[in-house]
Formats: sequence, structure tokens, C-alpha cells
Amino acid sequence: MIAEAGLAALWFAAMLAALQLLLGVLALRRKDAAGEQAMAAIGPVAIVQGALVAIAMAALIAVFLNTDLSVKLVAENSHSAKPWIYKFAGAWGNHEGSMLLWVTILGAGGALVAWKERTLDRPTHVATLAAQGAIALGFYAFLLFASNPFARLNPAPIEGQGLNPLLQDPGLAFHPPTLYAGYVGLSVAFSFAVGALVTGQVGPAFARAMRPWVLGAWVLLTIGITAGSYWAYYELGWGGWWFWDPVENASLMPWLAATALLHSVNVLAARDGLRAWTVMLAVVAFSMSMIGTFLVRSGILTSVHAFAVDPRRGAFILALLGIYIGGALALFGARIGQVRAGRSFAFVSREGGLVVNNLLLSVILGIVLIGTLYPLVAAGFGVRLSVGPPFFHAAAGPIALALVAVMAVGPALRWRSDEAEAVLIRMLWPMVAAAGTFALMLTLTGGMGMLSLLGLSFGVGLIVASVLPITRRNWRRTPLPIWGMVVAHVGLGVSMIGMACDSAFTAERLVALYPGQATIVGPWRVKLDRIYPNVGPNWSALEARLTATRDGDGATLRPQQRFFTDPPTTTSESAIATRWDGQLYTVLGQQDAATGRWQLRLWWKPFVTLIWLGGALIALGGLLALVGRWFKAWQQRRREALWG
Amino acid sequence: MKRALIWLPLGLFGVLFAVVAAGLMRPADTAIHSTLVDKPLPSFRLGPMVPGKPGLASSDFASGKPRLLNVFASWCIPCIAEAPQLMALKARGVPIDAIAIHDKGPAIAAFLRRNGDPYGAIGDDSRSRVQMALGSSGVPETFLIDGHGRIVRQYIGDIRADQVDQIVRDWAAAR
Repeated sequence: MIAEAGLAALWFAAMLAALQLLLGVLALRRKDAAGEQAMAAIGPVAIVQGALVAIAMAALIAVFLNTDLSVKLVAENSHSAKPWIYKFAGAWGNHEGSMLLWVTILGAGGALVAWKERTLDRPTHVATLAAQGAIALGFYAFLLFASNPFARLNPAPIEGQGLNPLLQDPGLAFHPPTLYAGYVGLSVAFSFAVGALVTGQVGPAFARAMRPWVLGAWVLLTIGITAGSYWAYYELGWGGWWFWDPVENASLMPWLAATALLHSVNVLAARDGLRAWTVMLAVVAFSMSMIGTFLVRSGILTSVHAFAVDPRRGAFILALLGIYIGGALALFGARIGQVRAGRSFAFVSREGGLVVNNLLLSVILGIVLIGTLYPLVAAGFGVRLSVGPPFFHAAAGPIALALVAVMAVGPALRWRSDEAEAVLIRMLWPMVAAAGTFALMLTLTGGMGMLSLLGLSFGVGLIVASVLPITRRNWRRTPLPIWGMVVAHVGLGVSMIGMACDSAFTAERLVALYPGQATIVGPWRVKLDRIYPNVGPNWSALEARLTATRDGDGATLRPQQRFFTDPPTTTSESAIATRWDGQLYTVLGQQDAATGRWQLRLWWKPFVTLIWLGGALIALGGLLALVGRWFKAWQQRRREALWG
Repeated sequence: MKRALIWLPLGLFGVLFAVVAAGLMRPADTAIHSTLVDKPLPSFRLGPMVPGKPGLASSDFASGKPRLLNVFASWCIPCIAEAPQLMALKARGVPIDAIAIHDKGPAIAAFLRRNGDPYGAIGDDSRSRVQMALGSSGVPETFLIDGHGRIVRQYIGDIRADQVDQIVRDWAAAR
């Protein structure tokens, strides 16, 4: 019954989305009483649509929590023995469920825009809601006709097929919803852009309305990507934290566009510049979200992440992409000419720096897109190849370094116009710090690769440059958004230092040991004490007890080879010891049948945690900026209420 | 110039769309291409597995006539499933030899008694070294070797009844 209620709610939500679109068109084209009524009705319609789709999502979660095996999705993806948290997360750990999560956030976004947005002019607001309804409609159609999450199975099986053990992890409960909220939050920016193109009102008011959405979506994307990277690192047992897998790239591309967008939207809000850039980036960011969704669900690219879907569904999504992205870009081409150019600026200026920033981010985005699609194009010509880290590092690495340099200079540039010489003088300390780090690392360590060395030096330079804007200010009077910028930029510098240290200084050992034997990795002596069996709620395992020691420090690690029965899989659970200066990462392998020795893979990764600490700082910076602006808007409203 | 830049993203998207649509239309390529095809058989010499049957060496495959090389084990369930197909191939005149991985003589003898014995020779590959050298990653797998010791085809997985005709054709073509 719950499943049918959920399906009914989904149908109603779809119908409301269609109504939302129609009301929007009516409101914008008719200036009479009917138009007025449509304009008044569209908000409530959007809110109810959001509520209904949320009910549908809740229904799906409910059938998973109850392990209702007469629902096909539950039978294929869940199991009664699974811990409840993974039953809950299992609702979106599959294609149909995650698509439902997608439209739920889409609907919730529209509802929030209808409910909370007050500063935007009415026509643009209505156009935005209509656009959001139009997007939702396509994805509702996809769900209802090609990916019904509530399909029944008759007769119901006795037991479910289980959830992929790799996904039975706390990271799973956290990583996809955050990421999806980020992807789909960008849909609101897309709708704002389409709305503004329709009404021609591209200006500071539009930017201020769109900004919290861009910031919020970007913060969530940052958290989602960082969490996903850390989860892959400790769960997959390869010691790596980014694999340039198509699905990872699918999350990186919207993030790159959203980063450019969030800088652009600030310029538009503060200085009324970069109008065309802002609108274009808003369209591109959500387009990248949709392209990413398509890539991992259509089956055209193989990936460790990909959902098992078929080309027919892929064709459906591709058609949606054609309509939405093609439509938006065509609208852009047709209407951007009507939007007058914003205020002009010199090349050496904050705005100029941000244009360069946008360009560099776009280039990196292009490189990642080409790298992701290249195997597909090559396969069309009969050439089978895969594109991996060597390409991305070689192609995007130098551009990223250039971007970091621009990031360092940017906040020190004045708006409108600045002098190159003055800027260079302001950059003295960062340049000294970078050059000093370069020289120091060159002399101290021998075999550091050039990219790592430059990454480390630029990272240090960026941190110094990022704190410059606040060194001469009164910290308590500095607006929160400025703190946000500082923290986020410092975060990127920290991340870069972590990445450089990980690629340059990681020590790895692959050994086969008898219990009682020890080996050396980096500064650690690791002894295999013993191997013994262990058991969990739905798994059994062979566990190793390792004792690791170094100067005055010790750790006990218990990596496992874990065996699940539903579905039958073996996973490797790594054991990690975290210290202030890095992580000791241990993986238990197979026992060699002939000798009885156990395979162990050990890494000492200096400062690797800085990678995700930096990511967290970046997200924190965005959060500070978001809170800062909300707080300011709230203060403004209070002041107006008090003083009239 | 500005006009061109404004329409550029739409143009790029059009190209992207075309590429991806073409990719979708093409039937999924699920064939696994063995990288060992046309390469010479790695040189090996394996002792006998069961009494009465000779062991296997790579030189046995340079006799001028193509032969099948089957990788199997007594504990391998799909090998039981393909046993009738191997007997059928032998009945149609295709010579088959085998290597048995991670196994013991008595177990292999019991397997052959239960499922039939299509093999001319069975080599004892207890450490699966020859299996690895052949690029085989599991059981069962079957290789068609031509008369000069070159690998012509690799069949991964158990041989199904509908594959028998094709294998006979391949073997005939390899002569």
C-alpha cells in the first residue's frame, strides 16, 4: 500500500510540475486577470509539488526499511539481515531510487524558491519557477515511464539479493544525498538563468537572488566530493584518493563550473559586471550535472561506479539533455544580445582577474570532459583505449597551477582598475614563501616530481596570499564573507600541499609475512602478530592483528578480508592509523597456498589527510560566506522592521 | 567575434550530443579480445596427472595439427557443465589436451570417471603457472592452438552446446 501511495504521490507531483509550467507561461504572456491569477497560483503549486515528491521519497525509504520484498527494487537491492542504516541508505543506492532522490531535491528546490525568494522582481521569479517545473517534468517522465521505483514483484521472493557490500558503509549514507543536493541545487541557478534570459532582467538583483543557491549547492558539492574521495580511499584499499573515473569526473565538472559561477555571481551582485559570463556559467553548471547523470546511467562508459542500466534509458536521458541544454543554450544565444553589457573594467583589476579565473576553470572543465569522453569517441573509430591519471595530470596540472597563481593574486586586486606594479609589490610575501618552499624542498628531498614540487610551492604561496587581505584588518569587524574567502582559499592551498606530499613522499611495501614476522615501511616497523576469524551482522572475516611502532609511537591495526553472503563478495577492509603527520594504511591480502605466508600491503602516506582537511576548509569557507550573507540580510530586515 | 562566442557553447553541445548519440546507437561491444591471439604458446613442460595419461608440453602442440587446450579442475563446477560439449568435440574428431590447476591426481581421476574423458594428455599445473602464462584468469577456459604452436582463439568460460559447431569450424579453419 505504501508503495502505491508513493507512486500516486509521484504522479500527482508530475502533474503539478506540468501545471507549474503552464501557469508560468500564462502569467508571463497574459497581462489580464487570468495572468494575475496564474502569477499568484504558481508559488503554492510549486510548494505542493515539493511536498508530494518528498512524500514519494519517504514512501520508498519506508518500503526499504520494512524490507518489503514485493517491491522489485527492494528485492533486487536489499536484504533482511542488513543493518537498518544500510536499508535506509539502500533506498538511493540504486538507479531508480537515486533518480527519485534527484527529483525530490529538484522539487524541494522549487518549493523553497517559491516560498523564500522575496527580492527578485515578480516576472523573473515566475519564469524561474516555470523553468524549474519544466526540468522536473522531464525527469518525472523518465521516472514514471522508464525507471519506476515502485514496481511490484509477484510472487515476492523470500529474501532480497542484498546490497553491494562495497556500499555498506557509513560513507554511503552521507555521500550521495550531499552530492545530489549539490547537483540539483545547481538546477535552481539554471532556472534563475533561464528566467532572467526570458525576462531580460540580468542584473545585481538577479545575482543576489541566485547567490545563496549557488553557494549552498557548491558547499554541498564540495562536501560530497571530499567525502566521496575519502570513502573511496579507505574503502577500496588501493591507497589512492582519486581515480579520474567517469563518475568522479561527473561530479568534478559541475563543481568546476559552480566554482566559476560563484565567483561570477559575486561580481554581478557587487559590481554589475560579467553578466553574460554569469548566465552562461549557470546554464553550464547544471548542464554538467545532467551530463554527468547521463554518463553514469546510460551504459556508454564503463566505470566502477556506474549503475547497471541499459541504452534505452540512456537514450531517454539524452533526449532530455538535448531539450534542456540545447534549449537553454539556444535561448542564451537568442536573448543575451538584449541584455546590455554591465559596467566595464580594465584588464588588471579584480573583475579582470575573475574573467581569467573563469577562463582557466572552463579550460580545466573542457579537459576533464574531453578526457572522460575520449574513450567513447575512440571506440567509434575502433580504437580501444582508456584515459587515466597520466593524461589528466599532464593536461590539467599546469592549468591548475596557473589557476592557483591567479587565485593568489585575485583578492589583492582592486575593483575596476589597478596597476600591475602595485599588485606585484603586494605579492611579495607569497612569492617569497613559494620560492622559499621550492628551494627548500629541492635541496632537502631528492626525487620530488616537478608537478608535486610546484604544487607544494604554489600551495604554500596561496596560503600566504590568502591571509594577506585580513592581516591588516580588524578581525572582529571583517565581514563573514571575507573570512569565507580566506578560509576557502587557504583550504585549497592545504589540499594542494596534501596532494603533493602524497604523490611525492608515499612509501609503499608489498610483503608476504608469516605471523610473527615484521617489515619496515617509511619510519614504521610493522609486525604481523596473528590471523584470526571475526564475524559481523552479515559478514565473516579473516582479520590480521598488526603492531606498528616508530620512535616513541605505536599503533595496533586490524585489516580484514571480509566475506559477505548476499551477494557473495569478498571485500578488503583496510586498517588506517592516523597521526598528525600522515597515515599508516594497511591492507590484508591472500594467503599464499604454497608457503602459508600472508600478503600485506602497507603504505606510509605523509600529510595525506591534508587533502580532505583542505576540502573541508573549502566547504567551511563557502558556509561562512553563506551564513554571513543570510545574517546580513536578516539584520537588514530587522533594521527595516524597526525603523520602517 | 562576439556573435561567434555566444553561439559557441550551443555548437559544442551539438557536437557532444552527436558523439554521445552515436555511441549509444552502436551495439555494446561485449566481446573480450584476447591479447594472446596470434602469439606463440608459452613454453612449458608439465608432468602427468593421472596414471596412464601422459603429461603435457608446449612442444606437443607443434605437431602440425591444431589442437584444443582446456584449462580445468575437478573442483570447478562449470567444467562439469562443459564436459558433454568436450566429449562431443572429441567425437567430431577435435583433439583435446588439458592442464589441471590446483588439483590432485585422484580427484582428477574421479572427475574423469564421472564426467567422461575427452583428453589426450593432462598436464599437472598445480601452481597454475602455465595458466597464468596463458593469460587465463579462471576455469574453465579453452584455447585453440594451430599446428605451429600459435594461439588462434581463446574461449572464456564453459563451452555451451551452441558453441560446439563454431569451435569445430574454427578448428577446421586452423588447419
